[in-house]
Amino acid sequence: MSDAMTDATKTIETFVDQEYKWGFVTAIEQEIAPPGLNEDTIRLISAKKNEPEWLLQWRLKAYRHWLTMTEPTWHNIHYPPIDYQSISYYAAPKSKEGPTSLDEVDPELLRTYEKLGIPLDEQKMLAGIAVDAVFDSVSVATTFRKKLAELGIIFCPMSDAVEEHPELVRKYLGSVVPYTDNFFATLNSAVFTDGSFCYIPKGVRCPMELSTYFRINAQSTGQFERTLIIAEPGSYVSYLEGCTAPMRDENQLHAAVVELIAHDDARIKYSTIQNWYPGDKDGKGGIYNFVTKRGKCLGRNSHISWTQVETGSAITWKYPSCMLIGDNSVGEFYSVALTNNRQQADTGTKMIHIGKNTRSTIVSKGISAGYGQNTYRGGVKILKNATGARNYTQCDSLLMGDKCGAHTFPYIEVKNPTAMMEHEASTSKIGDDQIFYCNQRGISKEDAVNLIVNGFCKEVFRELPMEFAVEAQKLLSVSLEGSVG
Amino acid sequence: MLEITNLHVRAGNHEILKGVNLKVNAGDVHSIMGPNGSGKSTLAQVLAGRETYEVTEGEILYVGKNLLEMAPEERACEGVFMAFQYPVEIPGVGSAQFLKAALNAMRKARGLEELDAMEFLTLVKEKLKVLGVEEKLLHRSVNEGFSGGEKKRNEIFQMTLLEPRLCIMDETDSGLDIDALKVVADGVNRLRSPDRAIIVVTHYQRLLNYIIPDYVHVLLDGRIVKSGGKELALELEERGYAWVEEEVRAAGKA
Repeated sequence: MSDAMTDATKTIETFVDQEYKWGFVTAIEQEIAPPGLNEDTIRLISAKKNEPEWLLQWRLKAYRHWLTMTEPTWHNIHYPPIDYQSISYYAAPKSKEGPTSLDEVDPELLRTYEKLGIPLDEQKMLAGIAVDAVFDSVSVATTFRKKLAELGIIFCPMSDAVEEHPELVRKYLGSVVPYTDNFFATLNSAVFTDGSFCYIPKGVRCPMELSTYFRINAQSTGQFERTLIIAEPGSYVSYLEGCTAPMRDENQLHAAVVELIAHDDARIKYSTIQNWYPGDKDGKGGIYNFVTKRGKCLGRNSHISWTQVETGSAITWKYPSCMLIGDNSVGEFYSVALTNNRQQADTGTKMIHIGKNTRSTIVSKGISAGYGQNTYRGGVKILKNATGARNYTQCDSLLMGDKCGAHTFPYIEVKNPTAMMEHEASTSKIGDDQIFYCNQRGISKEDAVNLIVNGFCKEVFRELPMEFAVEAQKLLSVSLEGSVG
Repeated sequence: MLEITNLHVRAGNHEILKGVNLKVNAGDVHSIMGPNGSGKSTLAQVLAGRETYEVTEGEILYVGKNLLEMAPEERACEGVFMAFQYPVEIPGVGSAQFLKAALNAMRKARGLEELDAMEFLTLVKEKLKVLGVEEKLLHRSVNEGFSGGEKKRNEIFQMTLLEPRLCIMDETDSGLDIDALKVVADGVNRLRSPDRAIIVVTHYQRLLNYIIPDYVHVLLDGRIVKSGGKELALELEERGYAWVEEEVRAAGKA
């Protein structure tokens, strides 16, 4: 933890002033790079962030490689071509031309905040209004941060990590998702501007969910985030990403990369709630979310667990995966993906069993409503040396109405005869008779849908930290509003 | 409590109820009998507010209110309960959670405090005991994987818990063996009270050996054509419905 970050006053500024947060000064705001991507853009990003030469070179290698790649088309999603030259890659500090008071904010958005029970100050923040109030949670976060520092836990913006812990960043950046990995990850490698860095020293159990910090912090979530979490032997961390509240964001394309490394006996629990703007009822607007998330269970008995609740974005394209390298390592993926109106999701996981006695569990719950299209895509690979590997996959789809779709593409590749594979799948529909039955017992349509949907998702919600689980339930009900006649 | 006047109901282009008149007072147990396709279940479903049926004429007054203007959940909150002929399975939704949602929705509608988890459990366990239903029911998903008898018993259990003012039993006896039938009947009899009315819709008389009705009505081709006391049920059991049809036809000619 850097000194600057532990300083209480500056911490507050961090939360209320984005430019400071990422080390920008106000002057830079006028220096937004013109749209377009070339080597100069990358040199500019790197220079503005005072990056060491090796990182610049890494970015450039990624960029040059990206030029040789083509956008993937294997997925089950459709969108108009993205013009990568029309994006400004150095506009990280978002414009302050947002609303100045809640009166100017879309009432629809405010209604949603209210339903989610978000405090007023936080509402303002999420809506992009500059707030100078001190949050209760800020002081909490400060206390937390002191405690973290005492334990030797590093938790800071990626840019700070590059300056303050270059040896760690250099060692691990790209070690799980190499810069050549895929079109969107490679683009991210070339142009990433922000993200989080987290390091848990040997034998340390991170005493709190790294959440309060992030929830407030989430407004700074950028277009090309890069997150790196390293858990040294015997350590444990639970990391929460995202926020239940839909946020104002002008960036349509998001391409993030998250890398997790778990050493011997280490455990990383990574939970996400993704609720970016999904576009309107007719599918206008909305975020394109192309994310590469991968964890390496490097050590023996290491354990990585992904839990995600994906309700936002016009397009969700993500496959949080685990490479189970260490013997006896465990990978888990618990997912709820909801598509309503014109949303499309193509999401799932890959579990690559490399070490002996490696185990993986996949529980995927897809909910489709409106014209939503929901695809589960999973890959389970048992490599030759993975003696005694086991996988359990459960993949359920819930349909609401007759215009949505659920699709399942499970790929299984087994190269070791001792592997044990289990796969269960189901598709169900919320029926009128179920709703009527609930109605007849006094339960309204909306509550009936919530009851059924939450029942459907409970195996996943169970994996979320308590507070997050409650938020996730509320979020689903808000996201499904109006989807039943 | 309930007054049905000249009720006409159709499903699609098919007219099912053709002018039903029925008056039910608090404390009464009415049985509606009739052959298959006579409209018995339709009547029950219309009272509960099923939207697949269209009321084309007539009115239903329930405790002085226009029932047809109320949404199904409003009716439920006002004390209208229907025990389903085919109780619906809701996978993933625990019975305890479902019952708590139902009970609290009704309490809320009546301006009562909602029960918290502990209060609810105390109440629900007490009611389970009364009916001799095992507690593990609470941990199972609503009706999922229940046998026919278990489903019907669950309906009666819900009725006991929710304490409705008007109970409508839609062919609750269908598919039950004699033991299950007795359990169901016991549950219903326990609910008999001066401020509660019960309508038992059934094809067969045998349930009425255990739930003795005050009135029996014969529904034939969408109309109530004959009403009487409990002895009418026995006569129907013995002679079938044909003689009633005959009577109706004769009356039509005269």
